[in-house]
This record gives sequence, C-alpha cells and structure tokens, in this order.
Amino acid sequence: MTAPVTPRELLIVAVARLLDGVRHVAVGASSPIPAAGAMLLRALKEQQDETVRVSILGSNEHNFFTNGGVELFDCAAQGRIDAFFLGGGQIDGHGNINLVGSGPYPQTTVRWPGSFGSSYLAFLIPRLILFREEHSPRVFVDKVDFISAPGASAPEVYRPGGPVALLTGLGLFSFDRQAGRFTLRSVHPGHTVEEIVAATGFTFDIPEIVPTTPGPDAATLALLRGRVQEEVSECYKEFAAAWRAETQQPVPA
Amino acid sequence: MTRTVQIDDLARRIKPGAKLAFAPDYGGVPMAFGAELLRQGTGDLHIVCVPAGGVLVDMLIGNGQVRTLESAAITLGEAGGAPRFQAALKAGAIRILDATCPAIHAGLIAAQKGVPFLPLRGLIGTDVLANRADWKTIQNPFADEPDPIVAIPAITPDFAIFHAPVADRFGNVQIGRRRELATMAYAAKATLVTVERITDENLLHSELSAAGVLPSLYVEAIAVAPKGAAPYGMWSGEYDTDTKAIAHYARTARTEAGFRDCLAQLLGMAETA
Repeated sequence: MTAPVTPRELLIVAVARLLDGVRHVAVGASSPIPAAGAMLLRALKEQQDETVRVSILGSNEHNFFTNGGVELFDCAAQGRIDAFFLGGGQIDGHGNINLVGSGPYPQTTVRWPGSFGSSYLAFLIPRLILFREEHSPRVFVDKVDFISAPGASAPEVYRPGGPVALLTGLGLFSFDRQAGRFTLRSVHPGHTVEEIVAATGFTFDIPEIVPTTPGPDAATLALLRGRVQEEVSECYKEFAAAWRAETQQPVPA
Repeated sequence: MTRTVQIDDLARRIKPGAKLAFAPDYGGVPMAFGAELLRQGTGDLHIVCVPAGGVLVDMLIGNGQVRTLESAAITLGEAGGAPRFQAALKAGAIRILDATCPAIHAGLIAAQKGVPFLPLRGLIGTDVLANRADWKTIQNPFADEPDPIVAIPAITPDFAIFHAPVADRFGNVQIGRRRELATMAYAAKATLVTVERITDENLLHSELSAAGVLPSLYVEAIAVAPKGAAPYGMWSGEYDTDTKAIAHYARTARTEAGFRDCLAQLLGMAETA
C-alpha cells in the first residue's frame, strides 16, 4: 500500500504546476519545497523530451553559474530566468513583501535576516511565486511594516517581473499586478475558504467556486518519492530525511 | 610583492574605523582571521558583507567592534536569526545600511571600474531605497520617456578579506568560480587572504587553474590558517559546515553572558591551536 499524499507533497506538486512552461527556474537557499517542485517539473518534462533548467543557489550539482554571486542577478536582468520564489516575514494584500522586520525600522521589534535579492529580482523575473507555508494573520497582514519588494509599481518603472501567485499551507492565490490584488484559486484538502479568510489579515477576491488543490497522479507520486526525493537530498538533507520518514511504506504485518 | 605573515600580523593591519569587505558564508568566510580581530578588539569598523553575513559579523557586533553594517542580510541559515545583530539593532547600537545583494555587487563593480556609481534596476518603491540616503534615483539619460533608475555609489573597502583553499608561494590565490572574491579584491584598496596551505607550484602556469586564480597583484598579505573558515565549510570540499556548532552559537548567544562564553571558547581554541 502506498502512503497517502502528504501536505508537503501537495505543495511540491502545486509548485510544479505553477512552473509549467518555464525554461529556467532559479531557487534561493533554504527553499526545499520550491526546489523540489522545480525538480519535479524538470523530471516530468524530461519524459516529454523537454528541458527545464533548474538553478539551486548553494548547490554544486544543480547550479550552472560560474561568475560568482552576481551571475543570478545579471541573468535575471537579461530575461534568462523565468521563475523565482520569494517568501516573507510579512506579505500584504497588495503583494508587498517584508523580509526585514516587524515594528518601526530600523529599531525593529523582530528583525529577520534582510531583503537579500528580493528588492531587485521581484522587478525582473516574470513569474515570481510568493511562497509561505505558515498561513496566519501575523504573516498575511493588511500592510507590511517594511517593503523589501513591492507587489506593483508605477507605470514609468521598468518592471517586466512581479508576483503572479501566492502559495501557502492552506491554499493557492493568483495575483493581478494591475489591480494589485489576490484572488483565491484553490483550497488544500482538509481546509476551507472560511478558515483561509479567518487566517488572512488582508482582503482578497473569492470566486463563486473555489476548487480543492489537486494532488499528484500515481506516476507523478512515484517520481516524487523516487528521483525527486533523491535529488532534493543533495541540497536539503534534513528535509529529505523527514519527508522520507513520513512516506515510508508501512511494513506488512 | 605579496607577503606571507602570521595571522595576528594579518589582523593587525586593520586599524580602527576601517571599511572591511567579507566573503559570504558559502564562499570562504574568514573565521580564523575574525577570531584574531575579535582578540585584538579593533573597533569602529564598517563591515560590508558580500552580500550577506553570519556568525563572524554577529560576533564582531556582539563584541562592540562594528559601527556600521552594510549587508543584504545577516542569517545563521537553518539555525535561525543572528542573535547579537538582532539585539544591537533593537538597542540602536549599530548603524544599519540595509541593501540588496545586487546593489552590493554593483557598488563593488563601480569601484573595480573606477567609476563613481553603477545604475541598477529594481529598488524603486522599496523601503530599502527609501532608507538609503546615499543611493540616488536618476533619469536614464538615454531614454526619451521617463525611466527612473537607481545609481549605486562605488563601494571601496579598505580591505577585502577571505579564506581560500590554496595560494602559491608567489601570492596567487585559488578562488575557483567564487568570482565575487575577485570583485571584492578589485574594488578594495588591499586584500588579505588566509589559506589552508601554500603550494610551490605557480597557479598561473596552468591554463586550467589560472582562470580561477586571483593574481598576487591584488593581494597584500597571506597567512596560513588550517580550517580557517570553520565552523563554516570550505567550497573546495576540504570540510563541511558544522551545522551543530552554528546551532549551538545561535542558541547560546541569545544572552549577553552566553555570547561571552562563545567568545571565550573561540579565543581559547585559537590560543591552543
């Protein structure tokens, strides 16, 4: 008997679906679920004889860059990276993200690491996916305390990129860059629209019908627990070990 | 001519108030050098992280040696937040120049080219830009339509400092594909390097190795420091990051007393090494 699809596998599959059609996706450090989603897409496309490049920052095996830390940013400026992921200590309903801290800056009450490349990449990468597993009012706020990267920009600002979606532990939203607003697109199995509304500190649009986020078919699940798990463990040992433990097939009695 | 010196001599070249650029945690962060700097207590430093920092910067902040910090992020990775950095910000004890990674690279590249600034996309509408009085939004002089773009001023460190696997006895240093180390060195007035070992073989003689070498032209002095990046790993594969040690620091240094213990332990270890 195969172990049931776990929440993290559902997210990985959702990531792969959001990435469909990209030629090159880059994934930042400490992002195991986005990395796994990109690797799953690569494996799926390979079966159709299509190539997806995956650049995992901090990995030796899954990294093409030879020009130091600047190459990712140069690549993004040239339009050579189609998709990227950003999280945030706070994300608001206008798609603004805050990676710096909560409370008045600079003497923030809680300080997070910092903006990293977000203040630049969010402008340049066409398919920016916001990903944050914790779905709570402290993360999804009405207004961020510090804008590391804005969701939308004035028309004169050069901006080929920006957020297209927000994936959380509860559901999936799309983002309209013109309107600067999120729409709920699906709810993960075991959760409800009401639960998402209660856990979100900003308003968003809710279509009449909100489907359940679909899981993987059997073949995709097998690929996920085989090749993808193996590839993920090269960069994220502990994540891969925890994942393997929760999907281990029960020993027959 | 590059000199080979003892590591305490290397650290003594840093005077109070100096602007130092450090390699990132994944690219040969100079931890052994940092231990000497902590021992000597050189203060009033302006640290530029290329482009982010971890334990080394956190300890220098904790020991009261940092006046200004310019970085895209400070993190202990999976171990969590940097405790002394967080405490210093809360107390208003350091001046923070929050940046974004490509802006640090742009500032160094401007210095490398000897030009006053480099324009950079992105940033407009962020609070990163809003809090950087030293960055200016200008109009693209080649565009007919409004096209605002941010000018990042040159960053010229007094010293670029990193740890590398090997240098040859002529002062050439292997940096592999970690090109930001070269950028730092080109931008800085001088570069100080610690290495795992020194080889007799001239690294510039082979075409295969030469492309991954920083020539001695840029390198003022080198000191041998085995495991000089630990607890961080060495990209050449000599040793891995000791995640347990970093997690221990992250936990212990949450209190001032705990931080003092970590510092005493680090300096004690360096003493007996």
